[in-house]
Amino acid sequence: MIQGIDYAAIAPPLILAVAALGLLLADAFDAPRRLISLLSGGALVAALVAVAALAFGDRRATFCLPGDLRGSGPRSCSYVADDFTLLFQGIVLAAAVVVVLLSLQEITDSKMPVGEYHFLLLAAVVGALTLVAARDLVLLVVALETLSLPVFALAALRRYDGTASEAALKLFLVSVVSTAIMLFGISLVYGATGAMHLDRIAPALARLPADLDPVAAAGSVLVLAGFAFKVAAVPFHFWAPDVYQGSPPPVAAFLSVVSKAAGFAGLTIVLALGLPSYGHVWGPVIAVLAAVTMTVGNLVALRQRTAIRLLAWSSVAQSGYMLAPLAVGEDRLPEAVAATTAYVALYAVMNLGAFAVVIGFRRRAVPLSPSWDTLDDYRGLARRSPHVAAALAFFLICLAGLPPGVMGLFAKVVVFRATVAGGVTWLAVVMAINTVIGLYYYLAWAVRLFTPADGPSYDPAPGLPVRTAIAAAAAGAVVLSVAPQIVLQTVTQAT
Amino acid sequence: MMAIPLAGALAMLVPANRFLRTDFAVRAFGTAVSGATLLVAVSALTAFDFGATSRMQLEVDREWASAIGLRFHLGVDGISLPLVVLTALLTFLCFLYTLRHPPAGGRTRLLTALLLVLEIGLLGTFVALDLVLFFVFFETVLVPMYVVIMLWGGTDRRAAATKFILYTLLGSGLLLAGMLLVGATAGTLDMTELAARHGSGLSHGVQVAAFALMGVGFAVKAPMWPLHTWLPDAHTEAPTVGSVLLAGVLLKMGTYGLVRVALPLAPDGARFWAPWLGLLAVIGIVYSALACLAQRDLKRMIAYSSVGHMGFVLLGIATLTPVGINAALFGNVAHGLVTSLLFFLAGSVKERWGTADMDALGGGMLGTSPRLASVLTFASVASLGLPGLAGFWGEMLALLGAYRPHADLPRETFVMFMAVAALGAVLTAAYFLRMLSKLTHGPSDGVSRGPAPAVSAQEYAAWVPLIGLTLLVGLWPKTLLDVTADPVRALFGGG
Repeated sequence: MIQGIDYAAIAPPLILAVAALGLLLADAFDAPRRLISLLSGGALVAALVAVAALAFGDRRATFCLPGDLRGSGPRSCSYVADDFTLLFQGIVLAAAVVVVLLSLQEITDSKMPVGEYHFLLLAAVVGALTLVAARDLVLLVVALETLSLPVFALAALRRYDGTASEAALKLFLVSVVSTAIMLFGISLVYGATGAMHLDRIAPALARLPADLDPVAAAGSVLVLAGFAFKVAAVPFHFWAPDVYQGSPPPVAAFLSVVSKAAGFAGLTIVLALGLPSYGHVWGPVIAVLAAVTMTVGNLVALRQRTAIRLLAWSSVAQSGYMLAPLAVGEDRLPEAVAATTAYVALYAVMNLGAFAVVIGFRRRAVPLSPSWDTLDDYRGLARRSPHVAAALAFFLICLAGLPPGVMGLFAKVVVFRATVAGGVTWLAVVMAINTVIGLYYYLAWAVRLFTPADGPSYDPAPGLPVRTAIAAAAAGAVVLSVAPQIVLQTVTQAT
Repeated sequence: MMAIPLAGALAMLVPANRFLRTDFAVRAFGTAVSGATLLVAVSALTAFDFGATSRMQLEVDREWASAIGLRFHLGVDGISLPLVVLTALLTFLCFLYTLRHPPAGGRTRLLTALLLVLEIGLLGTFVALDLVLFFVFFETVLVPMYVVIMLWGGTDRRAAATKFILYTLLGSGLLLAGMLLVGATAGTLDMTELAARHGSGLSHGVQVAAFALMGVGFAVKAPMWPLHTWLPDAHTEAPTVGSVLLAGVLLKMGTYGLVRVALPLAPDGARFWAPWLGLLAVIGIVYSALACLAQRDLKRMIAYSSVGHMGFVLLGIATLTPVGINAALFGNVAHGLVTSLLFFLAGSVKERWGTADMDALGGGMLGTSPRLASVLTFASVASLGLPGLAGFWGEMLALLGAYRPHADLPRETFVMFMAVAALGAVLTAAYFLRMLSKLTHGPSDGVSRGPAPAVSAQEYAAWVPLIGLTLLVGLWPKTLLDVTADPVRALFGGG
């Protein structure tokens, strides 16, 4: 059976896939390091341009069921490039460009093979782009694995480093377990409904015979597992701190922003398009998951002494905030999806910024101190490089959600609003208490920047690419703080 | 009005070597900026139509983030106008005072910028008419105040600052949840519209929950016993200007919020909780009076006395009668004037003799530095509520309100509250007189025996307006009551 493919719709992942292969070949022929990095960044920018071009056009869909198989059902396309998809693809690609900027120096410093690094990175981004466009369960799983597999290798790319291998192994095991659970869930859902396409599952679930009800309920909860792993929600969060610490920092940034954004996109797609009628089942599950995730993340983050582990646990906690709106279940779901999306978009900017500073700070410190990353090392940063310190302080305050970081505050307001509107007030109260806990460690870190150092001090002057990344994130954060409606408006229109 | 301090604060970002090179120039600049703001506030006073105080005037209403229904809606009425003027006045006086007496710790540039940001937040809170906007400004105050305590505070400043921000942030988290609960169920965030509805359309349960959440949020700020413990520490450790603004205006945000937001939005909830609010207020009055009797530190004593005064304000609010609310608003302004004066004086005492410990200071101040001591006496008797001075009317009217509370409230309970609160008022007199007898009278035996510099012109400049206004509203309370009476009546649904 021959099917027409809308190449324009799949242009962004296609560009990257071709570029990834090209890079691998180029590396085999000993292309210079700089050229490879440039190509990788260029491919991402090209994909971003493609996304922007698609955003002006109509909704496109491809890999649809052919007419004779469709019957009287909906169109059932596997790959859909609607506004929601393009928005997430934009977030993922922009974040990936920043990650590439952050990686440039790191690859040299950590003696990582440059071609493989960029190949794996681009492959993972392809997975992320496909994931946010996928509208049937098979493609979702394939995309999720395309996103996960390269990341295992990326995490272990510092081959000489034992912690990196351990991190990769941990990541791998948790991922495999969660995928297995998710596949089981999918098989239950498929068994109950006889469909794989989300637009067919939803109506089938709505008129399910009563005896199949427990099967579908169990299936829909189990499907969450795979995404819970991607977003590091609580029972599947154990990999996060070790992996963030063990893997190269740009990879950690990738995991905490790109991979997480894709995970949330996938989660909302499945819940909102496929399983809305089981909101009464997964809603409370997500509520508990969110409450536990943010509480555990915040409490453990309180005890962290190194920057990267603190960011790891704080990103676990932030996942809890992002999950919270989805706890509303079926009613007011579009509003909840918009809230989650807005939070993800805003969080991407702030968290990337914080990671950029940590990476830049780390680079020069390495030869001076083995424990380069403790929070106390950040003492006195404000004296040595006031701009970097100011940027970091701003990102942290944004993450804490306080003015002048109005951006973070609005992210919180949106999430609170959706949660309260959906009638889950208790979760909002838990969230309020968690905000305070979160504030404590963000603030404690920010304050250290301005207290004088007592030990030897490093000059963290980061290289040009990292500085560009910091500046870009800071500019984004300032702009979004003044005009948060840019994100909020886009999100409301897209969802 | 807020654009001026904002521009001023931004100007502080200009590098030191290009703009306002000396510290003094920076301080003079701050004074000029806050003076200009005061002028605008005073001109608002003249532009205000006193014939229609219950109507919102001088409104600004623009779209901000329409995606979440957020509007940039500002305006003043009789409730907020006195507080707006008070804020502008106190900030100006603080800058005037700093001209000659900068707090130890240097970094004048940063201090100036922070105080201006603080002013923006305070003014914004009092004029905001949109719930989310109100919250944004409410939060804006936190970080500058935290930094002011942290950098220019006394010896235990770190703990005090942390306690301050954690407590208040917990409050504001719950506040946000409560406000959004109302906003989401009522479908609008506009405060004037919500107030006009008098809670119709909100079920009893929602109102009770919302008032509890908002009440706790504001009670932390006010502060109400038993949530007051951050206050004595923060006041004691903060530099003079910090304490003045903290006592003079920050605390008012809590009670103002109760009157402006919590009462009109959830009147049913208010009726449900009012006896409890009254009970806690009365406990606060007596508790703080007893605590004051046991204090040795002058600043700490004034801080505890604030808890007592705010107890009277809260009692006034708890009666839910026009008399009580008027008393609360009056008490707000009176406390702002008198306690700021007291903190200015405590700052002067500490600066002269290096300690605020009453035993170490010893007596006889009337002999050694008569002018300072006389102003201190004046402020103390004003604070303990001598008829004819500002403190008297707020307390008297609050007691009167408690004698005849709202028809739906248990009268016996409130009469009991009134009796206990009156006892508290006597205790207030006792500790202030004890303080005076210790410091101003008797033989001079402590460090205050030593020679002290005469009262400087800047000190006079900061004190005289406060003394004058204390006399004015004390002798002629009608000036203030006339402004607040109409909007309060409107609050209860009357003309």
